Amino acid sequence: MTPRVTLAVAVRVLTQLRRDHRTLAMLLVLPCLLQVLLWWIFDSTPLVFDRIGPALLAIFPFFVMFLVTSITTLRERSSGTLERLFTLPMGRLDFLCGYALAFGAVAAVQAALASGVAAGLLDLDVEGPLVLLIVVGVADAVLGTALGLFVSAFARTEFQAVQFLPAVVVPQILLCGLILPRDHLPPVLEAVANVLPLTYAVDAMEQLATTSGTGQVWRDVGIVAAFAIAALALGAVTLRRRTD
Amino acid sequence: MSTVEVAGLRVVRGGRVVLDGLDLTIGPGVTGLLGPSGCGKSTLLRSIVGVQRVAGGTVTVLGAPAGSAALRDRVGYQTQSSSVYDDLTVLENLRFFARVLGIGPAAADEAAASVDLGGHRDAVVGRLSGGQRSRVGLAVALLGSPELLVLDEPTVGLDPVLRRDLWALFHRIATAGTAVLVSSHVMDEAERCDDLLLMREGRIIAQGAPSAIKQRQGAPDIETAFLALVEGAE
Repeated sequence: MTPRVTLAVAVRVLTQLRRDHRTLAMLLVLPCLLQVLLWWIFDSTPLVFDRIGPALLAIFPFFVMFLVTSITTLRERSSGTLERLFTLPMGRLDFLCGYALAFGAVAAVQAALASGVAAGLLDLDVEGPLVLLIVVGVADAVLGTALGLFVSAFARTEFQAVQFLPAVVVPQILLCGLILPRDHLPPVLEAVANVLPLTYAVDAMEQLATTSGTGQVWRDVGIVAAFAIAALALGAVTLRRRTD
Repeated sequence: MSTVEVAGLRVVRGGRVVLDGLDLTIGPGVTGLLGPSGCGKSTLLRSIVGVQRVAGGTVTVLGAPAGSAALRDRVGYQTQSSSVYDDLTVLENLRFFARVLGIGPAAADEAAASVDLGGHRDAVVGRLSGGQRSRVGLAVALLGSPELLVLDEPTVGLDPVLRRDLWALFHRIATAGTAVLVSSHVMDEAERCDDLLLMREGRIIAQGAPSAIKQRQGAPDIETAFLALVEGAE
């Protein structure tokens, strides 16, 4: 891995995003708008929004980063640019970490906007330090990016890549505690939820909302980061310089 | 020393044998790899740049195994698609690949000028014509002055004037010391090559200067020579 090449990939991905206004809007504005929508839905029962609001802060970045990354890397494969890069002095980790770095940077902006809207405009109660909302958001988004990079290896077309969304992302959303607190789930499902990474990002956000202690938040961030690193490592294994 | 040496190359794709024990050598100058679509040209080129999974045999490029780390700044490659980013400008594309190669941004301007795209440096690639887009891909392959240039059908679908200009460019590059390997399925491009490899169904059926191949078959053009070779083998 060469820092020069990793950085070149990250800068290039950001330059592409800057030119693609629609994707940029989806990454930055859409999470805020969806949050406002849910706040509005629960207008007459604000307690519900207080319960699910923190989970949303974890779900949206994960969801959109997974989607955008899996499609973008698939485009690299189909356009021939990935094949060209593999004939150049670029390591597999340069490619993967370049993407993680670029989307991590976007995630920082996204998390700042989304938590600003939630805490500032929508009166979401946050007991913990606000800056940690951004830290959790970035770890969570990098996790989405890493999983997106990994699954794109198993898709041949953009259509197939999109199909991983209901297969990989939706079960995590259903089990993360959004619909029912995890300790109310049937024991088997609770056990499954406990091995899914999004659960820990949601737990971190819920901790920040309800207590001022940060011990468990950092533990959760550590688990999310470990999952992200594992997904990047798996991505490196499935990313082949030589293909059929 | 030859630029590329292929010995006993065997490639199997999806259960189908595409190349079966291929032997060939490629020297300096402009070498044309000609044959119909689906005959294994791209597979051979991909093996030479080291991105094709091979089942057997050896491919040696500039004295090193194909695809080895030592070759990654010595071989320029363009896939059948232009393999550039459509949503970046010409210069942004070139600067990115220059950074990956670890060479300065000045090389990006030089490469754009060498394919006559200096005037379109700030144009987004997706808005360029097919021919211009293909030249952007070529400019990227030229970055860092590679010793071998491998181009997969760079002239397909271009207008005759542009094709003539591109072939002139390939010869200028070869004169400057870079070996150029160009594939094409258009037989009339054969005359423009210094050396020819005629390929059919995964095998090289003839190699040599265009004039020598025509003379051996007593044919007025390469297309007729190709037919004579195929019929002679059957």
